[in-house]
Amino acid sequence: MRRLPVFLLALVLALLSLGAPAFACGGLIGPNGAVNLLRTTTFVGYHDGVEHYVTAFQFAGGGGKFGSLTPLPGVPSNVERGGAWTLQRLVRETQPQKAVAAPVPLATRNALSDVQVLLETKIDALDITVLKGGGAAVGEWATAHGFRLPADAPEVLDFYAERSPIFLAAAFDADAAAARGQRIGDGTPVHITIPTANPWVPLRILALGKQANDPVQADVYLLTDRRPALLPLARGANGLTLAYDRTASKSLLDDLRSDAGMTWVPGTGWLSQLRIDTTAATLSYDLAVDAQGRSPSRVAAGLDRPGAADPTALELTLLAAVAGAFILVAFREQNRISVPA
Amino acid sequence: MRRALCLLLFVAVAGGCAPAPRTVTIGIHYSHYSISEVEVPAGVPVTFTIRNDDPIDHEWMVGDMAMHERHRLGTEAVHASRPDEVTIPALSTRTTTLTFPVPVTLEYMCHLPGHEQYGMVGVLVAK
Repeated sequence: MRRLPVFLLALVLALLSLGAPAFACGGLIGPNGAVNLLRTTTFVGYHDGVEHYVTAFQFAGGGGKFGSLTPLPGVPSNVERGGAWTLQRLVRETQPQKAVAAPVPLATRNALSDVQVLLETKIDALDITVLKGGGAAVGEWATAHGFRLPADAPEVLDFYAERSPIFLAAAFDADAAAARGQRIGDGTPVHITIPTANPWVPLRILALGKQANDPVQADVYLLTDRRPALLPLARGANGLTLAYDRTASKSLLDDLRSDAGMTWVPGTGWLSQLRIDTTAATLSYDLAVDAQGRSPSRVAAGLDRPGAADPTALELTLLAAVAGAFILVAFREQNRISVPA
Repeated sequence: MRRALCLLLFVAVAGGCAPAPRTVTIGIHYSHYSISEVEVPAGVPVTFTIRNDDPIDHEWMVGDMAMHERHRLGTEAVHASRPDEVTIPALSTRTTTLTFPVPVTLEYMCHLPGHEQYGMVGVLVAK
């Protein structure tokens, strides 16, 4: 029977004293649950039908092991060490007036047998495994591999598995990082290449293990060939703000392309910076993107359940036409009734 | 104090003339108990079957507020399994039998970090 004095205090202490790393857009799971309390930074580039997802662990000192689970929109074709300056360069592009900050990085029985390990690799002190399976199976696999999942994990894992049963599990060994000579503040960028019809960024997972009023802060940089359509709309009130939205500068694209693994960066593009600044209770959505600027998926955004097919443009047009006709008929009927006999 | 309370509240099932045990099944899904309030008869053994459908461990610990406070504050020493403090590993089922000799209202909850705050709380009324 394990008891802790005050859960929130324990989370903060875990972060401070154990030197937890942080990981963008993944639920970071420490000895006491998720401890991803810092602002995180993620870059998502989409070109030629391939999503390039770059995020980073930041070594914050101390020891112990931590893990992170990140839902992915598809099976990655490659997971490799990310470039050295991509995230920093994006921050400089969108916040040129500020000093550059270091990137802050993320039931069925016998379910374990239902998990497929699709890919295993090691990047510095990170042991990375790409899994395919349902929420319960992935959760059981994670538990069996030393991840201590917080109370909301079963529901959150099912939420994602219903949309895409692909997860990236990253186990970070802070002792190994120290042994490697990594210094406090050093980040380990990870570049995940995912062929997919449209880019997608998991955001709800950032609230994993947090209390309802805990803050969630993150920056997502999105590079697409043209101005994308996003869902949910960045209204501010929902915790999502479109902080930067313009044609990517040639100097940015050239700089990004010169980083390791970034030769795919096109000659022109559109850069969006989405700022998430909200509480865990509010962050109930993901970022759905239509790279062609049309209609992002409500299912991918977490606004509808899978099976509730997103309406097509034709269906929306027909619906609008029917509604318009109905209003017109009602208006005429009202006029007819109001005419005295 | 605690031993006395345990003795008072939970009496072992006696001989063959005891009434047939009542049974209560409580599921756990998405870190919530399927039943938030359970009413059982006082003075007879009641068998609780707790089924954990989640891929994470949970607890079903029933007692008064003082008992829960000890677990919240971490002053309860590590101890062997007790009928009123059951750990249910991921995707498994556990059964325990309790007798409440007198009418009483207790709470059951999971004291794993964050689980009570997430809503793993219920009320047990013996009358």
